[in-house]
Amino acid sequence: MVRKSKVIEREEVVIRFSGDSGDGMQLTGTLFSDTAAHFGNDLITFPDYPAEIRAPQGTVGGVSGFQVHLGHSEINTPGDFSDVLVAMNPAAIKANANLVKQGGTIIYDSDNFTDKNIAKAGYEKDPVKEEKLDAFNVIAAPISSMVKEALKDLNLEPKMILRTKNMFALGMVYWLFGRDLEYTEDYFDKKFHKLPDIAEANKIALRAGYYYAETIEALSPVYKILPAKIATGTYRNINGNTATAWGFLAAGEKAGLDIFIGSYPITPATGILEEMAARKDLGVKSFQAEDEIAGICTSLGASFAGHLSVTSTSGPGLALKSEAIGLAVMTELPIVIVDVQRGGPSTGLPTKTEQSDLMQALYGRNGESPVVVIAASTPPDCFHFAFEAARIALEHMTPVLLLTDSYLANGTEPWKVPDMSELPKIKPRFADPKDTPFLPYKRDEKTLARSWAIPGTPGLEHRIGGLEKTAKGTVSYIPENHEYMVNVRAEKIARVADKIPDLVPQGPKSGDMLLVGWGGSYGYLITAVRELQEEGYKVSLASFNYINPLPKNTADVFKRFKKIVICELNLGQFADYLRMKHQEFQYHQINKVQGLPFTVTDIKEKCIKLLEEN
Amino acid sequence: MDDLKLTKYIPKDFKSDQEVRWCPGCGDHAILSAVQKALAELGIPKEKFAFISGIGCSSRFPYYMDTYGFHGIHGRAAAIASGVKVANPELSVWQMTGDGDALAIGGNHFIHVVRRNIDINIILFNNEIYGLTKGQYSPTSSKGIITKTSPYGTVEEPFSVGELVIGAKGRFFARTVDTNVALSTQIYIEAARHKGTSVIEALQNCVIFNDGIHDTIAARDVREDRTIILKQGEPMIFGKNNDKGLILEGLKLKVVNIGENGITDKDILVHDSQEENPGIHYMLANMKYPQYPVALGVIRAVPGPTYEAAVADQIETVRKNAKIKSVSDLLMSGSTWKVD
Repeated sequence: MVRKSKVIEREEVVIRFSGDSGDGMQLTGTLFSDTAAHFGNDLITFPDYPAEIRAPQGTVGGVSGFQVHLGHSEINTPGDFSDVLVAMNPAAIKANANLVKQGGTIIYDSDNFTDKNIAKAGYEKDPVKEEKLDAFNVIAAPISSMVKEALKDLNLEPKMILRTKNMFALGMVYWLFGRDLEYTEDYFDKKFHKLPDIAEANKIALRAGYYYAETIEALSPVYKILPAKIATGTYRNINGNTATAWGFLAAGEKAGLDIFIGSYPITPATGILEEMAARKDLGVKSFQAEDEIAGICTSLGASFAGHLSVTSTSGPGLALKSEAIGLAVMTELPIVIVDVQRGGPSTGLPTKTEQSDLMQALYGRNGESPVVVIAASTPPDCFHFAFEAARIALEHMTPVLLLTDSYLANGTEPWKVPDMSELPKIKPRFADPKDTPFLPYKRDEKTLARSWAIPGTPGLEHRIGGLEKTAKGTVSYIPENHEYMVNVRAEKIARVADKIPDLVPQGPKSGDMLLVGWGGSYGYLITAVRELQEEGYKVSLASFNYINPLPKNTADVFKRFKKIVICELNLGQFADYLRMKHQEFQYHQINKVQGLPFTVTDIKEKCIKLLEEN
Repeated sequence: MDDLKLTKYIPKDFKSDQEVRWCPGCGDHAILSAVQKALAELGIPKEKFAFISGIGCSSRFPYYMDTYGFHGIHGRAAAIASGVKVANPELSVWQMTGDGDALAIGGNHFIHVVRRNIDINIILFNNEIYGLTKGQYSPTSSKGIITKTSPYGTVEEPFSVGELVIGAKGRFFARTVDTNVALSTQIYIEAARHKGTSVIEALQNCVIFNDGIHDTIAARDVREDRTIILKQGEPMIFGKNNDKGLILEGLKLKVVNIGENGITDKDILVHDSQEENPGIHYMLANMKYPQYPVALGVIRAVPGPTYEAAVADQIETVRKNAKIKSVSDLLMSGSTWKVD
């Protein structure tokens, strides 16, 4: 009997690939997202993987997931629940069963559902029954045996053959969404051009999966997602770490400066150092230091020597860099410190996301030690805010702390590639070689920034350092001088507010509730706010990127709403900061600290509850 | 011709307008004087010098030099100096540090700068005590020493600077005594000319907290018999009457009296600081009185590729064949698509 699959046209769909950390789920998800992006869908990805490279096989702790949310309209989050779950083993069912939408599709590798694996995942006999998944469209596909069969003519080791299981699964998903295999096949040809056998094996497995899905047609419904209506231009997929690195490169070019990055590898920030190290073609000097402290200190040395200098790290590394950030405050040298936040304290949850380094970024140093703090809110806008961080550092002669997080760092989104000619020129504050004797702490009247005299310039020899100085650069213990310098350093940072954009609320300028967020939770908040608006609630969103100093119109935005609700992935650090800076308002909080992003559903529920509390 | 004249300096040209605040009689004054003399001899334009330091008495040094200077934080001078040199290899970069700054809190950076062979000149003021914090033992203090934090004597073994440098694959190690300004000046000049990390251990006297610590070997009346000044290509002879020398007996160095037991000048080891194999340098660096004279002068000076040159070369090579020449090229590289 021939049964035609039902084709469902959808605005958006969420797919989650899930398996052992050695199953290649990250690659599978990436290839799927790239294909979708080329097709013209808007999308966001969310890689969710364990800290262990190869966690114990078959266990729930070892499950590595990759979620993609794609759509015909604008997509701002990786989605709360998935429409399609690909589970390579029973543990993947265990980890994700409650994250699949009612009636969604679950594809699993039935060959991998051995008694041993079922037991390892914590089931007794039948995961599908035990999870009560009967109402779902469950496809048991013998993936392992089918790739063995499909590849039997190739002279490959059994281990190599089984490694193509993920491509078989991907082929099935491609059929389900009516996607072309061309992009993925090209990828294998390029990636394995020296190993044509491996390229061929992956392509065969991919096609075998595609045809298998077509043959069984059990995969109904077939989803059809039309391309999104997005602005014209050239697009590419980009994750937050790459975008951050590229933002610095753009800033270097716009400032006419060479770039130095001194860093120590740390999850989830390492991608920034890796990308910068690969950019020798653009002259980047990358220095993999012996530790976090040397990372920032080499960068500070390079800054003294006249480079655009950055150091990248995550929370524990930021803690180690504290003293050197203080030195940068005192010597008033331009440097950008990127903190890709992860779950803390201590080693915490290295691969999971959190926004709990805010107070450390603002205040985690000895003495009165103000720095500019800014935060990126989407993977692509890490480019813009890295550029901004460098601009502020160079034009205001100050360290700038750029906060991103694990979710932004690893998440991918299509990005309309900017035209370099549209980016502003950055004007570093070089000292005038005729301005001798050079006074290191003489300041610009408006910004209070000092000038930058680069070693090698005749006549501008001078000394800077961590001891308190007079304007002339002489070490001074005079009480009044210290107080003056403390105030002037604080005022210099406060005046950066003159050079940053106003806060623009999304939605009406007044209403019942203003949802306030900062940095990486933007996507969830904007989705929640738009849905609430559609449901008739008078809710707007204020998402902050500039945290110290705050935009000048902050109070003006806040005062037009009846309730202000701060949403953040910590216990309320931004809320407390606002309580300090703008005491005239009352703040409500929505917080989450599970190492995971918010869900739209959760935010909406909590907002509605707060709205009804009148 | 004017340009040539400009690069002729006298030591005074390197004195800054800051009042020198070390204790009267401190060994640092002599080191400052020797460095200023050495710089005047080098013929390098003044604006190309950068003096970097950490924390401690010795680390106040940059303030007293009329050059570019950066007084850093405790232990991190090597890292800051590394950044300066890699960013601008044209600069003559000097790190001023002490036994605590370089070997305790900054030990990690110290071994790594040496391993990388970044062309900076490190003068390590070794007074075997913490001066600025007023008299606690340091990683070079002799075992058993009584200090404020070791009222019953220390129970730990000290580092030997030369041993550590050679262990970290160091290619230049020299030792001098603060009071010997002529020898120090000569060593600083050689260190500056050596391409790669140069470590100079300056045996320095802390007049307040460890006064006379080096007198056993460095006092005027005994120094000729208790130290040996090594010179490239010359036999290792020392003593007031130039009658003592070093020979290799089995696997060890031995002090012999020339003229006794049939020993002549020809039996004495000839110093070769440029020998790649560090075996003899290691033994020389570790000689201790009273069994041996303490070695002064340039003990090891083996040329080798520097980190910053390798970085520059790599960038040049990659750039030559690169498809990406600008950020615009990068933005459009790899997989992109057009939306019309």
